[in-house]
Amino acid sequence: MRFAAGRLLHGALLLLAVSFAAFAFAQFAPGDYYSDLAANPTIAPETVEALRQQAGLHRPFLTRYVDWLASAARGDFGVSLAYGGPVAPLIAERIRNTLLLTGTATVVAWLLAAPIGIWAATRRGFTDMALRVAMAVLLLIPDLLLAIVLLAVAVQTGWFPAGGMQSPDAGSMSAIERLRDTAWRLVLPASVLAIGMLPVLVRHVRAAMQETMNAPFALAARAHGIPARRRLFRHILPVAANPLIGLFGLSLGALLSASLLVEVVMGWPGLGPFLVDAILSRDIAVVLSAVVLSAAFLIAGNTAADLLLYRIDPRIRRGRG
Amino acid sequence: MTSRVRWALGLLAAIHAAALGAGMLAPYGYDDQHRDYPYAAPMRLHWQARRIVVYGLAPEGTGYGEDATRQYPVRFFVHGRLFGVDAPGVFYALGSDGYGRDVFSRLLYGARISLLTGLVAATLSLGIGWILGTIAGFHGGWIDQILMRISEFFLALPWLYLILGVRAFLPLRIGPVESFLLLIGIIGGLGWVRPARLIRGVVLGAREQHFVAAARGFGAGPVYLIRKHILPLTLGVTLAQATILIPQYIMAEVSLSFLGLGVGEPAPSWGNMLAEARQYHSLVLHPWLLAPGLAAIPVLLGYLLLADTLTQRRES
Repeated sequence: MRFAAGRLLHGALLLLAVSFAAFAFAQFAPGDYYSDLAANPTIAPETVEALRQQAGLHRPFLTRYVDWLASAARGDFGVSLAYGGPVAPLIAERIRNTLLLTGTATVVAWLLAAPIGIWAATRRGFTDMALRVAMAVLLLIPDLLLAIVLLAVAVQTGWFPAGGMQSPDAGSMSAIERLRDTAWRLVLPASVLAIGMLPVLVRHVRAAMQETMNAPFALAARAHGIPARRRLFRHILPVAANPLIGLFGLSLGALLSASLLVEVVMGWPGLGPFLVDAILSRDIAVVLSAVVLSAAFLIAGNTAADLLLYRIDPRIRRGRG
Repeated sequence: MTSRVRWALGLLAAIHAAALGAGMLAPYGYDDQHRDYPYAAPMRLHWQARRIVVYGLAPEGTGYGEDATRQYPVRFFVHGRLFGVDAPGVFYALGSDGYGRDVFSRLLYGARISLLTGLVAATLSLGIGWILGTIAGFHGGWIDQILMRISEFFLALPWLYLILGVRAFLPLRIGPVESFLLLIGIIGGLGWVRPARLIRGVVLGAREQHFVAAARGFGAGPVYLIRKHILPLTLGVTLAQATILIPQYIMAEVSLSFLGLGVGEPAPSWGNMLAEARQYHSLVLHPWLLAPGLAAIPVLLGYLLLADTLTQRRES
């Protein structure tokens, strides 16, 4: 319990630090929405100054940070300058979409990687070699390229709809039809992400399995005549799962980064395109919340992995107890 | 040196040499426009009257057909270039883009920017990472604590979000040179954390080694100790990190320029060239625009082979 509280506190402090740094950086960095406005000759300097005043930019930095933090904690992320409305509902929807995409991709990738890795760990010679070459080939294809090519193929063949998350006529569909529509549109971006993750996962699953299978306890289990299936599921897998849970936490950052690109290419309305558009239009409130929320995402994932590890690994419990 | 390493180094050397020699290898400059021939497909060479010739392009449907009545010989070593075709003929080995610019030439010039970003940014990251990691590991105590806390903070953001977050608050409309330097600064300056943590671990272990303790006992100062005893021990991990970081940073440049936040037109980079392939209806008609994405694959292969060999050696 104390361990869990410690990890949670650590995560919260880290998030606080990230938010402070992001806010400070946004304030002191050169060039913002208003200086872009000021560069526009059709807008009077007084107007820009009045807008600055209205946004409260004349108040001291710390006051503004505390205000911003307090409202962010209440779920109010400020007002989008480009959209002209509150950020929170916009971003909530974007986050839900990104979660849907990355979550699906993660599940698919692990469901593929676990059996492939376990299978590869027990093979020698040609099969092992062929699999390693196949995984290396997947590793070499940049996600960006894969996304672009798959999209073009989908458009060309008409097998999958391209772009977006819903058909233009989604409004007239029933709930089930809408669900099917979205699932169908999820296939392409999720497969790009899953294919991108697969080689790394397989490699780690294989390594973890091989190490565990050669451990003394696994040999002892075998010498005791425990059947192979039971040995795999009851003895070897729980131990081999250990480094893989850590990997889950570590790979989350790469997954979110890859997802950003895939979302932009495929037109998936997630956090990625939202952030890129906000950067191009200098929409500070949106950039700030997107960055801080991506950190919250990652920290939450890492903390969850830590807690899970603690739960299933007695060595950590006793070590830090 | 195994044959695999030799192979990888040869491949990388060839690619870098091609980028370096872009001024000679490319038949056109990176911003030479031929507005009459946008989106021309890769052209065929013909053998006519004991010369290599290309035919003139004639608009046909959505693309171009060959007009055999106009023939232009491919000439070698003229105007300081390896090969070229005299105007009004054109030769697009890998097709042309929307402005009628030669994709092959832009690919070579773009390689300069993309590959150089990877190399310089990785050097920057490793340099900062090595210095901070060595200080943290060697000094220990509160300095170590502070540096590790700071590094955790950098790891709390997905790297593309971190890079974009920093890029967001820096000026958007700047020249190609400034944006190139900015890109290197951001990618390299934000990437020091992983190498720093790894090098810290190595230094921490090295500090406890008997020969280091012995040298210290003989009165060796910290600078001498680091230079003579610790530095050689960190070389392996630094090299291994380089083979991982360089391709990662090349792809970071490609991603940022693709998103329109990196190197801008007319200077070519593999990223901003790929951005033109982003319109999928355009890509279906003009698949050769994918060339810069495909060009990244042999680069990644070279570094992957090197990284694999280095990690295997460190493990065994």
